[in-house]
Amino acid sequence: MPNGDQIIPDSLEEKKTNQVHGSSRRQFLGRLAAISAGLTVGSQVARGAPAKELTDAGPPQARAGSSSVDLLLKINGRTEKLRVDPRVTLLDTLRDKLHLTGTKKGCDRGACGACTVHIDGRRVVSCLTLAVTANGKEIKTIEGLANGDELHPVQSAFIACDGFQCGFCTPGQIMSAVGCIEEGHTTSDTEIREFMSGNLCRCGAYPNIVDAIRTAAPQVGGKI
Amino acid sequence: MRAFVYQSPDSFREAMNGYGQQSAFIAGGTTLVDLMKLEVMTPSQLIDINQTPARGIELGPEYLKLGALEKMSDVAEHVDVKTHFPVVSQALLKSASAQLRNMASIGGNILQRTRCGYFRDVATPCNKRQPGSGCSAIEGNHRMHAILGTSNSCIATHPSDLAVALVALDASLKLQGSDGERLLKLDEFYLLPGETPNLENQLKPGELITEIQVPRLDLAQRSLYLKIRDRESYEFALTSAAVAVALDGETVRDARVAVGGVGTKPWKLPQVAQALIGKRLDRETIEASSNMAAEGAHPLKQNGFKVELVKRTVARALMNLGGLV
Repeated sequence: MPNGDQIIPDSLEEKKTNQVHGSSRRQFLGRLAAISAGLTVGSQVARGAPAKELTDAGPPQARAGSSSVDLLLKINGRTEKLRVDPRVTLLDTLRDKLHLTGTKKGCDRGACGACTVHIDGRRVVSCLTLAVTANGKEIKTIEGLANGDELHPVQSAFIACDGFQCGFCTPGQIMSAVGCIEEGHTTSDTEIREFMSGNLCRCGAYPNIVDAIRTAAPQVGGKI
Repeated sequence: MRAFVYQSPDSFREAMNGYGQQSAFIAGGTTLVDLMKLEVMTPSQLIDINQTPARGIELGPEYLKLGALEKMSDVAEHVDVKTHFPVVSQALLKSASAQLRNMASIGGNILQRTRCGYFRDVATPCNKRQPGSGCSAIEGNHRMHAILGTSNSCIATHPSDLAVALVALDASLKLQGSDGERLLKLDEFYLLPGETPNLENQLKPGELITEIQVPRLDLAQRSLYLKIRDRESYEFALTSAAVAVALDGETVRDARVAVGGVGTKPWKLPQVAQALIGKRLDRETIEASSNMAAEGAHPLKQNGFKVELVKRTVARALMNLGGLV
């Protein structure tokens, strides 16, 4: 369970530092993650992993016996120095290490687009990107799209056109939409749909998502 | 995911020198990272080849040369590829999603593994993943599987669209090994499953695809890729056809046809192409030639529909090309 491996140290750390037991969603989820991490540890006991590994809250790579790697990631204009297990995806690094939880984990298999971010200006899925392969690159996530309190035109258009229902796919849809516009693939609704097909929306907000992209495209120099 | 050691060399030599029995090269990672998460592939060393110089898109007098590390999206959108090899651009644009095309290299696309659900599920027998364990698809779910080039050991379909277009155009691969370079036709590069479906191509351990060479034939300019699938976008092919035709007036001077979604490797159809040559590209000629598209097919219970569908896919592609529909 790669996610379990990744969650253990971070969520324990989060639990330690979260002294105020408020009712925020993030803290609740953090505790939930700690509980599920506990379940993971339990299953390792069942598989007979040595006890030393279980009590060691050090980095997962040390326990797994693989070599960790030093990284420099430029995320939303900030340079982050990290040391990661080479198995860790960019998605898990953003969410679990840097707490940039706007980028969502949907399928974790490159099929749904919820984890779409930009690397060096191009839209990619962060779940199939190993963090080590993004070393030295410019990464933009949904958190880096707005200009201070001023929303990016694509963000505003999603709100104006009601381009979502539950909102889980929305950060990925918006990052993908910005890429779609920059690539020049917004000359027709058919073209928008084709070049947005890598972003699934289980609520079925597609018509409004297309409206939002068509509306925003001319505002950010896209082709219409 | 199993633990591995990561390296990022910047030369072919360094990349090959570091290669061992448990190594895997990684470029875009869209297939490999997915299969490592599923533990279908469990390398203990990853050699990142993105710093090696397998780059460039160059149209010369004889060949279109594509660096193996070029991204699917960059090749698809390149003006020379669009103008002179529309079938290559279209096959790429009908593959995967915009995000995956921004990540995946064309060398990796050629090497991508089958989408057979049993290959991807380590809990089930699969001769390709675990030689000798048996094929679960033959008696199981095989609606998406191959009807051409199959064996009693494996009926998995080759998933690449790009490779179908490249095989149609007689493309070659430039391979770099520790003992030098060699050129190999893509059609010969792929192996039929036979009794050893775990062996998919002629790549030697540690060898790298560095370049794809597409001959600059005038018929490539009149070419197209038609892909039939369960949904209109972001889906693998049920059937597909790459067709290219050169005309002398209304008469076919030269033709190339290959099909995808139906073969255990990208499937070239020289007999269909031959039946077009010297004839008028009309409905009658197209129907007669495309009727040969499923010659030698071994359909099973769930994929028998592909026999008729692949014939119609070829016919429709040729009719589109001839402006008949």
